[in-house]
Amino acid sequence: MKSNVGKILTTAAVAATISTGAAAATLDDVKAKGFIQCGVSQGVPGFSNADDAGNWTGIDVDACRAAAAAIFGDAQKVKFTPLSAKERFTALQSGEIDVLSRNTTWTYTRDTSLGLDFTTTNFYDGQGFMVRKDLGVETAMDLDGATVCTEQGTTTELNMADFFRKHQLSYVPVIVQKADEALAAYASGRCDVFTTDKSGLAAHRSKLSDPAAHMILPETISKEPLGPVVRHGDNQWKDIVTWALFVQINAEEMGISSENVAQIKAESKDPSVRRLLGAEGNMGEALGLNSDWAYNIIAEVGNYGEVFERNVGPNTPVGLPRGVNNLWTEGGVLYAPPVR
Amino acid sequence: MNEKTTTNTSFFNDAGNRALLFQTLLLIAVMAVGYYLFHNLQANLQTQGISTGFSFLNEPAGFPILIHLIEYTEANSYGRAFVVALLNTIVISLMGIVLATIIGVIMGLARLSQNWLVARLATVYIETLRNIPLLLQMFFWYFAVLAALPHPRNSIIFGDFLLNKRGIYSPNPSFQDGIGIAVAAFFIAVAGAIALIVWAKKRQKKTGVWFPAYWTSIAIILVGTILGFVIAGFPVEFELPQKSRFNVSGGMVLVPEFVAVLVALSTYTGAFIAEIVRAGILSVNWGQTEAARSLGLRDSLTQRLIVLPQALRVIIPPLTSQFLNLAKNSSLGAAIAYPELVAVVMGTTLNQTGQAIETIGLCMLVYGSLSLSISFFMNWYNKKMSLIER
Repeated sequence: MKSNVGKILTTAAVAATISTGAAAATLDDVKAKGFIQCGVSQGVPGFSNADDAGNWTGIDVDACRAAAAAIFGDAQKVKFTPLSAKERFTALQSGEIDVLSRNTTWTYTRDTSLGLDFTTTNFYDGQGFMVRKDLGVETAMDLDGATVCTEQGTTTELNMADFFRKHQLSYVPVIVQKADEALAAYASGRCDVFTTDKSGLAAHRSKLSDPAAHMILPETISKEPLGPVVRHGDNQWKDIVTWALFVQINAEEMGISSENVAQIKAESKDPSVRRLLGAEGNMGEALGLNSDWAYNIIAEVGNYGEVFERNVGPNTPVGLPRGVNNLWTEGGVLYAPPVR
Repeated sequence: MNEKTTTNTSFFNDAGNRALLFQTLLLIAVMAVGYYLFHNLQANLQTQGISTGFSFLNEPAGFPILIHLIEYTEANSYGRAFVVALLNTIVISLMGIVLATIIGVIMGLARLSQNWLVARLATVYIETLRNIPLLLQMFFWYFAVLAALPHPRNSIIFGDFLLNKRGIYSPNPSFQDGIGIAVAAFFIAVAGAIALIVWAKKRQKKTGVWFPAYWTSIAIILVGTILGFVIAGFPVEFELPQKSRFNVSGGMVLVPEFVAVLVALSTYTGAFIAEIVRAGILSVNWGQTEAARSLGLRDSLTQRLIVLPQALRVIIPPLTSQFLNLAKNSSLGAAIAYPELVAVVMGTTLNQTGQAIETIGLCMLVYGSLSLSISFFMNWYNKKMSLIER
């Protein structure tokens, strides 16, 4: 706790003193220092999580890696700053990090009043509820009078309040500073319900001692488009982070993956594929990058489908289905503008 | 008054003038730095497009708060949420201070006890709690309390009281017409008791005859209040806690978060206060006690009239620091879901509005004023207790 306060104060002080001009060319700063400083969570499996050796993996981590691959041709040129929910925006505003990629929900207030810009969505989520199976609850409408645990400083708090108010259900809120302790309070029986984004529920359930004793209720009570965030006013930098994600989505749509990208670049006759991979023209120039920027993203990080399957897909401990996070051609909502 | 002495030293060699000059320069430098930081901050916030100001306090908060002493719903403003959190901080601090002082005095005396077992137990308590980080103790109390208690379905029941993981539930009194009579009776009894104490003191000074005024006044207040209730016809109704599907509804509830924070704060600070009390008592020369005894004072009077007043002079200044520590440490309650200032304002409000500088400024202002108030009160008390030297 103390350290959090300290961190916020220092970042506030840093914001006050050195960040004049931080709104300018982040790309130049990043190129000069040789890596991207990426703000991530303190550990959400599948999104941003460090293993025993300190290697970060996850969908949010890969968003930063894609930008690094586009700029440097090396997806490893990223340094990570783990941030709590309440530290994250200050860290980005103050210039401590270059990109905030920390399962952060895109909302009106955040986009307009924080001096920040959301790039695009890399995961479409929605808030849900987790309960013990032996409670006998089938739907969220049965939760009248329940005690609800959640993490502090997230959109979750407000969505929960809105849901219960809308349906005129009474509830007791237990709002804990960190997700892990909120989960511990739920596990100890302080609460009947644990609520956060559904992807988070799946990730947290995998941490419980007996995951099978808990179930996620069918209701999704909010829209949670999660995506990377950059500082307001640096359009070039925003474009790089945004298009690094669009390239991955387009690549999946075109059937280009990290395994076949080299072959396709050499053999393809399709002009849109050749433009994307830099075999024709120089699409990277407009972003201040090399012509092989998109090629590097796909070769080093993979297309969106690969990223999803590797981090949160059905074969991972998180085990999420593609659901809405599928290509528009496959019944999902992923629809990236064309690279042309 | 002496006449002004005229000297030949030049203006700059005069010690007083020099001191004034340097102090003025320092003040200007501090103000310049302060202005530079403020200006820079404003310019940066503007270029980054971060909105500033305190107008967000009027916006609806939208989030719930577990413990609120005043009426609060999600539809209320951030400003009201701030007041709710402020009250929670003040309540936990004041209750913690009272409890910690009681624990500290008892443990301090126990450590000085002639009884070997009592003294050793007190030593173990003090050394253990003083040396474990407070945050850890808070987690311990929170999760230990939660682990030990039963699920609401299997609540422990004593009469109208229920105990489970969600808290201690008790009947909730609601006052009916006629409560005014009972309240009036209470205040009349208090006034009577005060008058009795004043009279007894005056008489003892004049005649030396002693009267058990404190015990009598407690009896007067009790009897007077009960009499008031009887006359008014017991104008109180109790709403009993009922088991509902998930929890217990109705009644008053003391939640585990509050209990854990209070216990952790008061036992932790109590251990420090115990050592301060012990040091204070040991600082009074044994000769004082012997002298009092040879005057024929009973042991209790020796403690109350001779030892304690002298010990207090040593105890109060470090005690003030402990009270200040306790008030500031209450912010750790945020870690275990106690909705105090840091949790509500620097946690939720900061995150929902993004007004980092305003919310942190508010919190700093509150902790500053809270600490200064405690400090002023304790300084006043210290002055009152200090030896009046002639």
